[in-house]
Amino acid sequence: MSVIEAPPWERGLRVTQPRVVASEWTKLHSLRSTRWSMLVAVILTIGLSALFAFATSDRWNRMGPREQANRHPLDIALGGVLLSQLAIGVLGVLVISGEYSTGMIRSTIAAVPRRLPVLWAKAAVFATVTFCLMLPAVVAAFFASQAIVDHIEPLRLSFTGPAVLRNVVGGALYLTAIGVFALALGAIARNTAGGISSFVAIIFVIPPLLDILPSNWENAISPYLPSNAGSDVFGIRTGSGHLSPWAGFGLFVGYTAFALATAAVLLVRRDT
Amino acid sequence: MIEAIGLTKQYGATRAVEGLTFTVQPGIVTGFLGPNGAGKSTTMRLILGLDRATSGTVTVNGKPYREHAAPLHEVGALLEARSVHTGRSAYNHLIALAQTHGVPRSRVNELIDAVGLREVARKRVGGFSLGMGQRLGIAAALLADPRTVILDEPVNGLDPEGIQWIRNLLKHLASEGRTVFVSSHLMSEMAQTAEHLIVIGRGRLIANLSVEEFLRQASRNIVRVRSPQAAALREEIVGPDVTVTLAADGALEVSGLTAEQIGEAAARRSFVLHELTPERASLEEAFMDVTRDAVEFHAPATGEPHAPDQVPA
Repeated sequence: MSVIEAPPWERGLRVTQPRVVASEWTKLHSLRSTRWSMLVAVILTIGLSALFAFATSDRWNRMGPREQANRHPLDIALGGVLLSQLAIGVLGVLVISGEYSTGMIRSTIAAVPRRLPVLWAKAAVFATVTFCLMLPAVVAAFFASQAIVDHIEPLRLSFTGPAVLRNVVGGALYLTAIGVFALALGAIARNTAGGISSFVAIIFVIPPLLDILPSNWENAISPYLPSNAGSDVFGIRTGSGHLSPWAGFGLFVGYTAFALATAAVLLVRRDT
Repeated sequence: MIEAIGLTKQYGATRAVEGLTFTVQPGIVTGFLGPNGAGKSTTMRLILGLDRATSGTVTVNGKPYREHAAPLHEVGALLEARSVHTGRSAYNHLIALAQTHGVPRSRVNELIDAVGLREVARKRVGGFSLGMGQRLGIAAALLADPRTVILDEPVNGLDPEGIQWIRNLLKHLASEGRTVFVSSHLMSEMAQTAEHLIVIGRGRLIANLSVEEFLRQASRNIVRVRSPQAAALREEIVGPDVTVTLAADGALEVSGLTAEQIGEAAARRSFVLHELTPERASLEEAFMDVTRDAVEFHAPATGEPHAPDQVPA
């Protein structure tokens, strides 16, 4: 119908999942908020572990035997993860809520009107970027904290020692899952404030609230809370009150999948 | 080509669009006219599949928008509401959209030059003026060389140079054989660019006709006449199909006769004429005549309760 002659590139025009992934990668790395949040997460992961290591190293000789026995080098190495999950979670929400607050979502949906490829691409890109940045960060946190407590014999750990690798990789996996979980919450809430507050409520606020419940209730519920289950994969806590590392993490991945599926259904059904 | 059949959209209790049936043809600029709140933006969102129709269908080039393999190649849209992430540069915004369809980078660069954004392409969109934002929106709309172009109030907030640029662009796109569908609440703007008009009010179709036809139908043709012998002239020309009213300044306003007929009638009786001016109603007046009954929010009439969302049975 067109009077002008179509240029050759037009023959290949078509929306595909890999192309939507490429588009989402461009969107992610071209925002300042992404770079800052990721930098903060890396700094917190490494810096906080180093800080814990310094504090422990400094106070070690003044600790009683019982307190010394309660120090675990993996707790020190992975302490930063518990804080950097906030930065990752906020960024996960923003990856999608930022599109709603600015109106970008209309351009996005107009380009990919089937919608679901956008959600899958966002989740895949964000998970990959988070894991690729946070795994080195957690490894660095491990070695940094080990270097600082090197003079304290009971705190020395070998990277290849029992459960060390699982804890270190687990820390990065946990942050990755947290990011996708937060992204799904952002997609469900469709606004930044709602997404972040539901994320903070689920991960940070609800767990301590359980203390108010009778303890047998608390013990029955607590291991199954998303944050408790997910962090089992890098926790050194074992025994009652906790699931096994991979069972706990598996449950958290299940929660994340459920949140993402809910987001997918809503994305297809709702008006933009 | 856009085809809407019985298109209806209900938001809660409000029926934004009701039973719209129309066709937008390729090769011409079609104006989509209606007062603010008439349902123009809703209709455009329904065409793009951003919102789902409550009932009825709308297709673009034969298929619902979301079923096309390369939607941006079928329809390029500039929506009224901003639809760009303010934290991203214009260049990256266009690249991200281009990547979804496999549009090459060279095309993005070509469009950045074409809309005149070269110097600010690497700057964050948040700092753009309204005009720059519109240019970026146009670039995004044309990215995949669409066969149909939809623009929602494209000249809103633009300076005269920008308005001229948009007008020329629309005509150019139509001359290339594309379907061009442009909304506006200003009749005068449509008269400058559009050949065909689809007029809606309160979500319903009011008129679907050529601009020429619209002007002929809607305008009230009167002739202003001033004469020292006004009263006698009036006697001479008044008749069953001719009405003559006295304007505030003493002139006669004659409808039902052309200026020529009045002039000849005056000459037969040797009346002196000081003025003989055919007057057409302005475009805005014509538009208001057509949409008068369909404006969503009237100034409240006396005794009438506020009832903005009345749905006609």
